Amino acid sequence: MEILVCARRVPDTSENEIELNREGDDIERDELVYSINEPDNYAVEEALQIVARVGGNVTVATVGGEDDEEILRREMAMGAHHGVLIADDAFTGSDGRGIATILKAFVEKGHYDLILTGVQAEDGRAQVGGMLAALLDYPFASLVNSIEVLDGRKLKVSREIEGGNKEMSEIDLPCVLSIQTGINEPRYVGMRGIRQVASVPIPSFSAADLGLDTGTVGEAAAKVKRVDYFIPVLGKGAEILRGTREENIDKVLELVAAKGGLK
Amino acid sequence: MARIFAYIVHKGGVVDDSAFELAAAARKIDPAASPTAILTGWGADLDAACNTLGASYAETWKIANEALAYPNAELVRKALVKVLPSNGIVLLPHQHFGIDLAPGLSIKMDSAFVSDVLDIAGVEGADLKVVRQEFGGQVSAHVHCDISSGAVVTIRPGAFKAVEITPGTSLVVNQSVVDKSNEVGALAAGRRYLETVVAEAGDVDITKYNVLVSIGRGIQEKDNVAIAQELADAMGAAVSCSRPVVDAKWMEKSRQVGSSGKTVKPKVYLACGISGSFQHLAGIKGSPFLIAINKNPKAPIFQVADVGIVDDILEFLPELTSKVREMRSVAAK
Repeated sequence: MEILVCARRVPDTSENEIELNREGDDIERDELVYSINEPDNYAVEEALQIVARVGGNVTVATVGGEDDEEILRREMAMGAHHGVLIADDAFTGSDGRGIATILKAFVEKGHYDLILTGVQAEDGRAQVGGMLAALLDYPFASLVNSIEVLDGRKLKVSREIEGGNKEMSEIDLPCVLSIQTGINEPRYVGMRGIRQVASVPIPSFSAADLGLDTGTVGEAAAKVKRVDYFIPVLGKGAEILRGTREENIDKVLELVAAKGGLK
Repeated sequence: MARIFAYIVHKGGVVDDSAFELAAAARKIDPAASPTAILTGWGADLDAACNTLGASYAETWKIANEALAYPNAELVRKALVKVLPSNGIVLLPHQHFGIDLAPGLSIKMDSAFVSDVLDIAGVEGADLKVVRQEFGGQVSAHVHCDISSGAVVTIRPGAFKAVEITPGTSLVVNQSVVDKSNEVGALAAGRRYLETVVAEAGDVDITKYNVLVSIGRGIQEKDNVAIAQELADAMGAAVSCSRPVVDAKWMEKSRQVGSSGKTVKPKVYLACGISGSFQHLAGIKGSPFLIAINKNPKAPIFQVADVGIVDDILEFLPELTSKVREMRSVAAK
């Protein structure tokens, strides 16, 4: 099975405190730690496990710039067979539909049985997978938390729905699935693995390479634009205890007891 | 202003709470709007759901089709594309079904798409201005969305206060149901629903406890779960957790609090190393006293907690446990 995983490099929220910059119009990006978007990493692991069972190749593609090669190499160190950078100045400012349009052009250059994305990135939009499927007229399932390859050109997938329940479906290939975290346990990637793929050339595709009309992507085509970031004032917020640790512990116990929690 | 539609999620003849929240969001987009509800489904359940919208929607469009008896997003999308005007604004809840349906619907309608909207900042010219969050709620953003060729917008559950049904009017006063079924025709999809597998019960039922010691990513590794368990044991509480802890296989899925896990109603909720995503908070009901302990002072959990402590849970929790044990042994004497 030929599997394409669409991945993205994002600021890692478990490693960073996100703050606004001095102008208040963007987040402070100077010292951010970036990594692969976490659900995308699960998607790559799932692709690797599928080809380990049924054979095939895993390609990881990202729409971005040179800096984004680092996640492609990381996923190749995990075992992905190919990493592909899709980069062009014309792509800057693309909205979700723009990114899906770029990926569609890339998909049509190859032959993929299965396309995976992470369920969402750090912006929580959860959009590109479903858009890509609709552009390609492929079936789609979101929030996928298990995949079984059936005989013929079919998969059995489960989706995570409310209350931890699973919605089981059969889906025809080729299809697009957005992968939920927790579907597997992504393998560890050591420095040695990354060094081994450090000099593997990463092919890059431009708008012209993909035969893309640049009027359909980038900022000019974007119908959706983020205009600023801000820190919301939500309710009164917590009363922050500023005592010593010991004082805070006493206060917590007093509060828990008062609320009927220590009987 | 373009016509506003709300896709109504329903099950067993009962409409989801989101139906009334979407009505509120529609009115915030256009105070003069009389939004139209759209329901898809089949049989008596669909008819019952259509008749419970009361005064929230002036008009209800019903699409009855046997293939829509179970809400398969691909089939629903194909049905909606046949009946919706191309410049319509379509609202859906940002939950598992909305996430499944909405992005593809925006492509097929050739409309703008914006998801997980928390608030509407207004409409200016062709732009709908909305508020979203990024980075797990650490920052918010204003997003402008060109709605001149329609829009598909998903609304965060709980973000808009529901427009109430007037008591006693649940069986229709000013509401008309328009049957659009004939415009849809035969439907087929590349994805076919098989069954729903209900979540397995775990060893501990976290919904039964008055106090939950709930842990998040801040617990850092599996061995540290014992730190929370010791505190819970000392307090007579149970340990619950947020999604990253289950994803990492440090705890069973049955311990997860949130929209994709359990809904709990404790008296006291100790959120330890939990950032506070909306999916997690959606699982905490009944307004418990919420104490948050997190070493990141910017963690969104502090916006909703009653009391917050900026500290490292790996140091704070063991000391709290010793203090509880000390209290218990004094009390026992």
